Amino acid sequence: MGNSNLEMDRKPALNPKKRVKPSNLLYSQNIAPYFFVFPFLISFVIFFAYPVVSTVIMSFQEVLPGQVTFIGLENYKELWNPTFLKAIRNSMVYTILTLIILIPLPLVLAVFLNSKVMFAKNMFRSITFIPALTSVVVAGIIFRLIFGQQEGALLNSILGSFGIEPIAWLNKASTSMFTLVVLATWKWMGINILYFLAGLQNIPRELYESAEVDGASTWRKFVHITLPLLKPISIYVFTISIYGGLSMFAESYMLYGSNKSPNNIGLTIVGYLYQKGIEQNNLGFGSAVGIVLLLITLIITFIQLKFFGMFKKEEAR
Amino acid sequence: MTSKKRKWTPSSFIMLGIFIIISIFALFPLVAIALGSLKPSTEILRFGLNLKLQPELLSFDNYSFIFSGESDYFTWYKNSIIITVASTLSCLLLTSMVGYGLAVYHFKFKNLIFGLVLIVMMIPVEIIMLPLYKLTMNLGLMDTLIGAFLPFVVAPIPIFFFRQYASGLPKDLLDAARVDGCTEIGIYFRIMMPLMAPAFSSMAILQALNSWNNFLWPLIVLRSSEKLTLPIGLSTLLTPYGNNYDVLIAGSVMAIFPVLILYIFFQRYFIEGMTAGGVKG
Repeated sequence: MGNSNLEMDRKPALNPKKRVKPSNLLYSQNIAPYFFVFPFLISFVIFFAYPVVSTVIMSFQEVLPGQVTFIGLENYKELWNPTFLKAIRNSMVYTILTLIILIPLPLVLAVFLNSKVMFAKNMFRSITFIPALTSVVVAGIIFRLIFGQQEGALLNSILGSFGIEPIAWLNKASTSMFTLVVLATWKWMGINILYFLAGLQNIPRELYESAEVDGASTWRKFVHITLPLLKPISIYVFTISIYGGLSMFAESYMLYGSNKSPNNIGLTIVGYLYQKGIEQNNLGFGSAVGIVLLLITLIITFIQLKFFGMFKKEEAR
Repeated sequence: MTSKKRKWTPSSFIMLGIFIIISIFALFPLVAIALGSLKPSTEILRFGLNLKLQPELLSFDNYSFIFSGESDYFTWYKNSIIITVASTLSCLLLTSMVGYGLAVYHFKFKNLIFGLVLIVMMIPVEIIMLPLYKLTMNLGLMDTLIGAFLPFVVAPIPIFFFRQYASGLPKDLLDAARVDGCTEIGIYFRIMMPLMAPAFSSMAILQALNSWNNFLWPLIVLRSSEKLTLPIGLSTLLTPYGNNYDVLIAGSVMAIFPVLILYIFFQRYFIEGMTAGGVKG
């Protein structure tokens, strides 16, 4: 509130040329909108535009305390190393696996929850949403302990009852990826169900009723009505899943208790950025990593626009 | 839905079965950690987290250790509360103004500014972490609570949401208030803001939850133990030696607890707030 009062006092002083009485300015519909969007403009310039420009510039520099040298493409050349390629691979595999699970499964579950013959819908909706409330940190702690390598840890003890030897889940690339994907499924499934439910509730009931009159089976109704009409929300979920997947960091950090994992099996793009930029204080090189992440997301967004034409539809609405 | 007689078909039972399995999957990790928090930490370290009841081991010792104040846990809790309250209040005030301004007025740069909001929404924040880190250092905000949330206060999703909500408000009220001699700012604070109360509830929950659970940025900014937030503090306890597992596990449970209680009472706003990014209509 303090801020807004300040603003009110300052505004008239900003426009002395207009020769309007200060009191009139408070009533001006031409000035008011700029007052309202002012917080965004300030924040955009300082905390978005400047950092974006600055990170592009830094990616061509060697940034040492008190000494900045322009080194051209050196940072980018150095990026071509096995560790970074591994980080990219890990992030990509994680993203693809989460897409494969976290889109079809919640979609089907949402259809179930929306079904006429399902009961206790609200209860199940509420329960499946609960994991989304936990922080990645707490979720990471829980899954680290559940996937512990001890014989008595939850997962190993379940496997043990089937006569399977205890597994050191977080020591091998495949099992550690499995752990990460299970964690993601646990945490995000409820939210994605809600997205699809919202999409389903926007489908007019008459469509189904007229299909029933024509004698369409449940399966045909699903394929010919539900799926096509869920396309917009599916694209949205797809987009946020890709973004979330590619910028995954905290999950892996928490599973390993730090940014270090054996043989870098848990290293992600952002993990590498954090390692270089923050841990080793190499801001130039870290910025180059960030630019690569930016380029990857831009390319994916571009491909998506090509295929789905998301924004055209948005504008037409 | 209430008046109609529901049909029980075989598929009802199949779906019910599937959802019971899904619910167990959703809940058992939380049950496991709640149960684990009642066991001695040495037990967890040696045998891992499991669902064995072992009544002879259960006690509230871990909690009484936290409450004894020997660890920094409550300092972290306090910091998290301060940051959550401060960032939520400032975020709501500022983003609601921006969203309202973009929805209600017609002005020259309106579409351009809204386009900028969308761009901020589309670019992963991780990309600008390093320059923001440098900027925060230059501003002297490293290792301060305000530095841990300031860059992200004017967040794009709430702006988007408030804009959408405000464009549904009755415009006649605006004109009526103008005729009555209300200033433009007065119209917002006295008439429109109260009408946007439901949007405020959803966004308050979204912002508070994000802030309470936020990880990467506070991890970068906060350094000394008495400045850490709950998630960062807990993450420092995760050592291979497990010497702090008592605080870690009981502390994790206590970090989720307030959120769960709020969820029980304000479920609708949680759901609305957390799916706010989704395209409506």
